Amino acid sequence: MSLLDVTGLSIRYGGTEVVSGFSLSVDSGESVGLVGESGSGKTQTALAIMGLLPGEAAVGGSIDFDGTQIVGAAEKQLDALRAERIGMVFQDPMQALNPYVPIGKQLRRVLLQHGLSDGREADQRVMHMLGRVGLPDPARQFRSYAHQLSGGMRQRVMIASALIAEPDLLIADEPTTALDVTVQAQILDLLERIREDTALLLITHDLGIIAGHCERLVVIGNGRLIEEGPTRSLFSAPRMEYTRRLIAAAPRLDGATAPLPETGDILLEAEQVSVSYEEREGRQQLHAVQDLDLQLRAGETVAVVGESGSGKSSFVRAVLGLIPMRAGRVTFCGHELAGPVKARATEMRRDLQLVFQDPVGSLNPQLRVERIIAEPLSVHAPDLDAAARSERVATALQRVGLDEDLLRRFPHQLSGGQAQRVAIARALIVNPRVLVCDEAVAALDSSVRQQILSLLQREQRATGLAVVFISHDLAVVRSISHRVLVLYLGRLVELADVAQIFGHPRHPYTRALLDAVPVPDPLAPGGRLSIRGEVPSIVSPPPGCAFHPRCRYAIERCRVEAPIARPVDGTRVACHRAEELEL
Amino acid sequence: MLRYTLRRLLGAIPTLFLVIVLAFLLVHAAPGGPFDDERALPAEIEANIAAAYHLDEPLPMQFLRYIGGVVRGNFGPSYSYRDYTVSELIGRSFPVSVQLGALAMLLATVVGVSAGIVAALKNNSPLDKVVMAFAMTGISVPVFVVAPLLVLLFAVKLQWLPASWTGSEGGSRLLLPVLALALPQIAYVARLTRASLIEVLSSDFIRTARAQGLGTLAIVRYHALKPAMLPVLSYMGPAVAAVLTGSVVVEEIFGIPGLGQLFVRASLNRDYTLVLGVVIFYAALIVLLNLLVDLLYGAVDPRIRRR
Amino acid sequence: MSVVARIGSHLRTSKTVMVSGGTLCAIALIAIVAPWISPNEYLAADFSSILRAPTMSAGHIFGTDDLGRDLFVRTMMGVRVTFVVAIVASVVSLVIGVLYGATAGFVGGRVDGVMMRLVDTLYATPFIFFVILLLVVFERNFLLIFVAIGAINWLDMARIVRGQTLSLREREFVQAAQLIGVSTPRIIFRHIAPNLVGIVIVYVTLTIPQAILIESFLSFLGLGVQEPQTSLGKLVNDGTKQMEGASWILLIPATLLAAILLCFNFLGDGMRDLLDSRRSQ
Repeated sequence: MSLLDVTGLSIRYGGTEVVSGFSLSVDSGESVGLVGESGSGKTQTALAIMGLLPGEAAVGGSIDFDGTQIVGAAEKQLDALRAERIGMVFQDPMQALNPYVPIGKQLRRVLLQHGLSDGREADQRVMHMLGRVGLPDPARQFRSYAHQLSGGMRQRVMIASALIAEPDLLIADEPTTALDVTVQAQILDLLERIREDTALLLITHDLGIIAGHCERLVVIGNGRLIEEGPTRSLFSAPRMEYTRRLIAAAPRLDGATAPLPETGDILLEAEQVSVSYEEREGRQQLHAVQDLDLQLRAGETVAVVGESGSGKSSFVRAVLGLIPMRAGRVTFCGHELAGPVKARATEMRRDLQLVFQDPVGSLNPQLRVERIIAEPLSVHAPDLDAAARSERVATALQRVGLDEDLLRRFPHQLSGGQAQRVAIARALIVNPRVLVCDEAVAALDSSVRQQILSLLQREQRATGLAVVFISHDLAVVRSISHRVLVLYLGRLVELADVAQIFGHPRHPYTRALLDAVPVPDPLAPGGRLSIRGEVPSIVSPPPGCAFHPRCRYAIERCRVEAPIARPVDGTRVACHRAEELEL
Repeated sequence: MLRYTLRRLLGAIPTLFLVIVLAFLLVHAAPGGPFDDERALPAEIEANIAAAYHLDEPLPMQFLRYIGGVVRGNFGPSYSYRDYTVSELIGRSFPVSVQLGALAMLLATVVGVSAGIVAALKNNSPLDKVVMAFAMTGISVPVFVVAPLLVLLFAVKLQWLPASWTGSEGGSRLLLPVLALALPQIAYVARLTRASLIEVLSSDFIRTARAQGLGTLAIVRYHALKPAMLPVLSYMGPAVAAVLTGSVVVEEIFGIPGLGQLFVRASLNRDYTLVLGVVIFYAALIVLLNLLVDLLYGAVDPRIRRR
Repeated sequence: MSVVARIGSHLRTSKTVMVSGGTLCAIALIAIVAPWISPNEYLAADFSSILRAPTMSAGHIFGTDDLGRDLFVRTMMGVRVTFVVAIVASVVSLVIGVLYGATAGFVGGRVDGVMMRLVDTLYATPFIFFVILLLVVFERNFLLIFVAIGAINWLDMARIVRGQTLSLREREFVQAAQLIGVSTPRIIFRHIAPNLVGIVIVYVTLTIPQAILIESFLSFLGLGVQEPQTSLGKLVNDGTKQMEGASWILLIPATLLAAILLCFNFLGDGMRDLLDSRRSQ
């Protein structure tokens, strides 16, 4: 008899069935991973277990929790189960915590409501719990509001609130997706450590997370059970094609990569670029980017990698002329690009194009796909007649692998992957020399992500396109980049060839980023925690080396003197101890 | 918080100044004077009157004199009520209006918020639909339609309540005017509360609270009510302005000797000093109440308090 | 298909919008046509039939007033005036509000700061009392009422358009257009303006009942339209004086005014719901 038994679960909204005949079981104390792509029905299943589906959802089948039937249960009955027997951690802790109530009061309410504790004792238990999840100074944080905490701290509070009533089952729905990569590992580690004998149902799209943290795996696709089994055997011998694709698409730090395209002459060069923002009506300067250099050759891909606040987006936007530079110089094929892009001559606005993270947001909702893709032509080739124009549009569409029947659609009628291809088609139709991708695949499922990446490589091979690829995830850029630029709080950390970065990182932060990548292999040691804390606020960066408070190798000099990037072993590193450290 | 209060108070001064300047200029741009009706006055007497009211001075001087008085609470003499100063007239009629306005606001808040909460919790139920239909009617039927209809129904047809202020005493004469004033505001507050609570109840942190097994009542009480009340709170400023405006009509219809009636009479009599005084007084009142609402808002919303 | 046509076809999906919009059209049509066709003259006093209750037979379906004038024709004339005032005032507030708001939002920075500071200041001033002051001081005329009402209502429009423009300007599709080389005027007309149309239409619809309310409020106080012209507010005022003996003189214009306001509010609400649902898709 399992703790949780889901059998033949179906969830239907009107005419569409989002989950059909799905089954799942969790034993006491066991950790089970539920993995699937976006829209596979995994979150719907979790909400059904909590009895939290909206009223218009029609639920069929059975969800048995320790003898209680959840499907069709009265709200009162469910309230007795929630928190006390089943706790839940949601994806985005900023949204999931009440911004108007101090966090201590939110946790205390759980205890009081379930009659588990009274007044003073409840406060004690809350503070104890906040301490256990790793909040410094729990007595003070008790009165804090969610907005006063960092992302990782909020998720710790979320975990504390899910565990405070000591449930038998903890459901964690994408608990690390909204967090920085170096924080992800800490949160997973905390979940593992703190749950003790509480069973865990970990829901994620990321096989890397599952591999290290779950004993058993359930794969869901299109609302149906694909397969299940012990994590090890499922990874080593997946029976179903869907699972094989998921595993193949997961970004890895090992494994073979295809040879990269040849590179040519230098196209784009940025020197000593700095970007500042004014905060609080000019009273405070916020240095988002400081003295960054970049050289980009024809046919080359340079990855710019960093966590939140690293200034990666600000850097490329300043290079493109979308935001003003405080200092620095950008040249393209020897010509200086000065001033905002709006003020540049039309012919200067062809060679540099940008693809955004949110594909739908980068397309005008009022225009059809056809007009969106054709718009650059009306600027750069106004003499084209209608036939020639639709010919060019059709070619562009083919290049990105889209069907022509999408031309009459509006952006909101496209899937994320389709919309991103449209955005790429719009950028490529004028044959630019440089394409900047700002987290262009971050919002996409891993299988779609792979397709977009190989699309970019194909273009690069065919036309010598140079690509600047921004990502927060080192694993994603490994297969496509020639060189990698690692940023931290607006400063250069390390710039090196891809082999060097992944094989012999010279900077402790690069090492930490590598360690933080969850390895989609249950046999790999992986998930080594080589970094503590979170990225500090860019508003008040630490003195000396900005990374020193989180660096295990920091010495006195790091606290007072900011390191200057210098060549070490053919890489550029900004670390005082770059020569001596063996990372 | 103290600094914020002071800054906001200082910020209100230019607004008030602008109001005074605009109102002053408007009145002094008037083509006709207040004594134009009384024709055939000898030139000598006209000059005397002008001198008595400082109408013979250049405009900037008049303005300085006026604003000097306003700062000390002196709005000058009334043109039409010859024996009274504007301040005396305002001071006499204001308490009546305050009583009316405060009761109407109280009624609007209590009834409106309660109705809004019930409608939101029973979202899409028949009860919700009935409440919202009433509310929609409430915001669509203006005060000057509601007031006569109430009189027609309760005073003329049913004869339960007095139709006018004079000739009756006590609470019963307050009932109809307060109800007439409050009805549109009840409707607004109910709609606002409902919309706001429904939105808050659909937010992720409410789902968290549900996942914690808190139950509807506890969720509303400990998690949803405070954020849901923020839009209602910020509506209190405009609500006060609307009640003040409404009281102009209501006092006229019920014959209540309040500030509104004074204002209408002064307007029709072209009693410029009085009109000017009342407008400035109203403006100051609205600016101050808006300020109060803003400060309250800051005290309730933790994300604003931080600044 | 143009943006407006697309919104039009979208509106047809809402029952609220169709019913309230249809009712308004019907009222407007009757108000335009009926005074022509009716045998009764709008100003003709008939002292032989004073204060007649509404009947079909006597030819006065809304009855007559204390001067024996036909109330049906008078009410319809009042509806005309009310509609004209409301629409003109809304257009005034639309033009001022959209231009002001779009300028502040698109230019941004310091200009935006100063422009919005002015709006905040004006918000805190009791405009309605200023309008009364204006009407007291100057000769009452129709034009002045339009201007006065429009001057009150543009603030909301300006705020909404400014906020929308500001967020549109930062949207990624606008940045993408800039990188492609699309000129600024073209960005404004092709990428920003079409995305403003929906919200502007909704707020114009919600402005109209406010303008009606203000006009009838002023007319009720005797500060709005003047004899021999009439409006619904003025008719309600006339009715309150007669309500003890002849309640229909009050009830008919009051009901009609309430119905018109109700329809406009439903129309605006319905359109806003449609816009919101389209956004959340």
